[in-house]
Amino acid sequence: MNNEPENYLSEHSVRSWLLTTDHKRIGILYLLSILVYFAVAAVAAALMRLTLLNPTGDLVLPETYNKLFTLHGVLMVWFFLIPSIPAVLGNFVIPMMIGARDVAFPKLNLLSWYLFNIGGLCVLYAVVVGGVDTGWTFYTPYSTTYANGHVVTMIMGVFIAGFGSILTGLNFIVTIHKMRAPGLTWFRLPLFIWSLYSTSLILVLATPVLAITLLAIAVERLWGVGIFDPNLGGDPVLFQHMFWFYSHPAVYIMILPGMGVISEVIPCFSRKRIFGYHFVAFSSIAIAVVGFSVWGHHMFVSSQSVYAAMVFSVLSFIVAVPSAIKVFNWTATLYKGSISYDTPMLYAFGFIGLFTIGGLTGLFLASIAVDVHLHDTYFVVAHFHYIMVGGMVLSFMGGLHYWWPKITGRMYPEIMGRIAALVTFIGFNLTFFPQFLLGYLGQPRRYHAYPPEFQVFHVLSTAGASILGIGYLMPLLYFVWSLKYGQRAPANPWKATGLEWQTPSPPPSENFHETPIVTEEPYDYHPEADELPPEPQHA
Amino acid sequence: MNFHLFPEQASTVARESDWMFWALTAASLFICLLVFLPLAWFAIKYRRGRKVNRQLADVATWKIEVTWTLIPLVLVMALFAWSADAFFRMESAPVGALEVNVVGKQWMWKLQHAEGPREINELHIPLGRPVKLTMTSQDVIHDFFVPAFRMKQDVVPGRYTTEWFTPTRVGRYHIFCAQYCGTTHSAMVGWVHVMEPQDYTRWLAQGSPEPMAAQGQALFHSLGCSGCHGVSSKIHAPPLEGLYGHLIPLETKEFVMADDKYIRDSILLPASQIAAGYQNLMPSFKGHISEEEIMELIAYIKSIANQAPEGSAP
Repeated sequence: MNNEPENYLSEHSVRSWLLTTDHKRIGILYLLSILVYFAVAAVAAALMRLTLLNPTGDLVLPETYNKLFTLHGVLMVWFFLIPSIPAVLGNFVIPMMIGARDVAFPKLNLLSWYLFNIGGLCVLYAVVVGGVDTGWTFYTPYSTTYANGHVVTMIMGVFIAGFGSILTGLNFIVTIHKMRAPGLTWFRLPLFIWSLYSTSLILVLATPVLAITLLAIAVERLWGVGIFDPNLGGDPVLFQHMFWFYSHPAVYIMILPGMGVISEVIPCFSRKRIFGYHFVAFSSIAIAVVGFSVWGHHMFVSSQSVYAAMVFSVLSFIVAVPSAIKVFNWTATLYKGSISYDTPMLYAFGFIGLFTIGGLTGLFLASIAVDVHLHDTYFVVAHFHYIMVGGMVLSFMGGLHYWWPKITGRMYPEIMGRIAALVTFIGFNLTFFPQFLLGYLGQPRRYHAYPPEFQVFHVLSTAGASILGIGYLMPLLYFVWSLKYGQRAPANPWKATGLEWQTPSPPPSENFHETPIVTEEPYDYHPEADELPPEPQHA
Repeated sequence: MNFHLFPEQASTVARESDWMFWALTAASLFICLLVFLPLAWFAIKYRRGRKVNRQLADVATWKIEVTWTLIPLVLVMALFAWSADAFFRMESAPVGALEVNVVGKQWMWKLQHAEGPREINELHIPLGRPVKLTMTSQDVIHDFFVPAFRMKQDVVPGRYTTEWFTPTRVGRYHIFCAQYCGTTHSAMVGWVHVMEPQDYTRWLAQGSPEPMAAQGQALFHSLGCSGCHGVSSKIHAPPLEGLYGHLIPLETKEFVMADDKYIRDSILLPASQIAAGYQNLMPSFKGHISEEEIMELIAYIKSIANQAPEGSAP
């Protein structure tokens, strides 16, 4: 490393990492921590899939199975998906994309990371000392009165991590408002910034409601104050309203950043200005706003009123439109481009395919009459995994590959990258497509054992999951390999337009040696000019 | 091992639900083609290094944007109208349905027919007659799901929820609990047996139990309700004849509909809604009475809904 110019990675002491206020280092700290939570949650998923190979679920006890899906849900949602793109890639690239030295509140940024991990450790502690079997949804009165286990400890973990989320959202909003480089007007911002801005709005507005809801569970569980348990004079359905008021917008926390990554990758690898910049930008805001009023579609069969169900249904249909607009604009961007199939682009193609299927199956669930049958079946499981894994994980992987040269100063092996993207795509579809059929057949979620006629689909799904696992392991291995053996990355290996590419890889601590000045709209790509290029520099 | 690709279709609602499901599938496939075909076409045609015309024509992009905003909007609004209309019909139970009470508990279903028979995890019903379930839970939230009928409804403690269906095919169909309810949630399953009407009549006659209302009447006396609410009582308590299904004036000058929920609340939380002109004298029966017994009492009070309160008529 001593032959490299000074950069943000030059200092090596543990202290320099644990007390850093550099947004880039904090991004890496987040990356390492979410990897740990992801690994634990993935092992839980693998054990579930293995158990389900057999209709009687002989591998683990029912209690254990229930604890596994709770652990999987809690960790994947709050400790992997929500922080994945915002806290890792967002932290790393937002300040660089807008030409800033750091986020607005660097110390608060570090505090977010500590809160996040204190929360994560609480959750892991709850698991080690006995586990929790409520499901990640903590439905009452099961969670407040009937469930054994360390519910309060786990809830406190999520509660504490929530404050990390709120502070991250706040930090991003202020950073984007106040720290843009000269000339970088709102409509010159990369679309990644627009989608992270929308995400941050949701983080700040919705997460406090989750905090209140979780606190209410703890209060009822510890002191018997009747809020949700009807035996104490409470209302169990009230919990669902409060929980989904946060958790449905949280779905958009988990997908908007992914859409932001795709809006960066597609123009870059098709050498075209994005089609319909303003429509893509405002559709992010529309999703964030409308997404706050659709929570009741999780409750069509909960005994909420028929009229409330109507309103939630119509709004849920409407929220599909801005997502459709994005998909159409990405597709149109390819028209007359100069398209190359580098790894990030393969993930972006995968994203469009899977997100489209995930979105369309969402229409089934918004149709109340059909949802009555599909609700709480594997159809729902398949639907949200198409969004969460097919959408968010693929875009996270795409983004990680895209910015990996910038983050580490090294190139990953391109061929391996392409193979891994393909393996992930195939494994994912084999895992989750059969679950649509299972759900339509009537297989309920969260079943440790099931009638034998469903077995074929479960076996297919488990086979797919093992392929998917390989698709996840490959990047882990070659990313680590690339840190030592990868080719040195130039400042701008993709010949991309964003400000983050105008500084060396890895960037100096202060990001830019001199503050950039912006004079143009983003995505200034020219397909004609880029034709017949020399071989890409990493080949 | 029997294997299905699609679920059995055994109720009137199932037909309509499937119709919509397949229409949605067709619409989705169409939209997939609309996205994936151009995507694949562009990806191949405009791949790097290929000699093609990449000069963009000058077109008004806002027109394109408006088109692909409005068309999906119209499409989803049409889907909404269809599904909402179907849902309204699915929610309104037909009159003259067979009535069955359902109590969910961790981890079993307890059912009782209005005619009297009780069942555990099984439900026998005749072909072609609407069946209405009135459901509650004695612990956590459950959900009564019959995939072959395309019907499910949460079963919530402290509330009565309803679900109805008209079976259209003789056979044996799964009952699943669809709302996660704890350790052996996946064992909270059972069977619906749809029988020919004459077989059903025979099945009913087997045990020859008393109808639910009669069992409720027996409880009405054994639990001491009749001591105050009975005809000869000297205590000033509201008579229950002709009560069910009527608006009741309360001390608070409000009115409340005397339905299942009101009667349940009056038994468990008598102080919460005091009928106008009466005092708060009744003790709560909470902890002394099971959900099934409350449902039997309701059946009894329902059965005397058409009688005039004795002594009030000349």
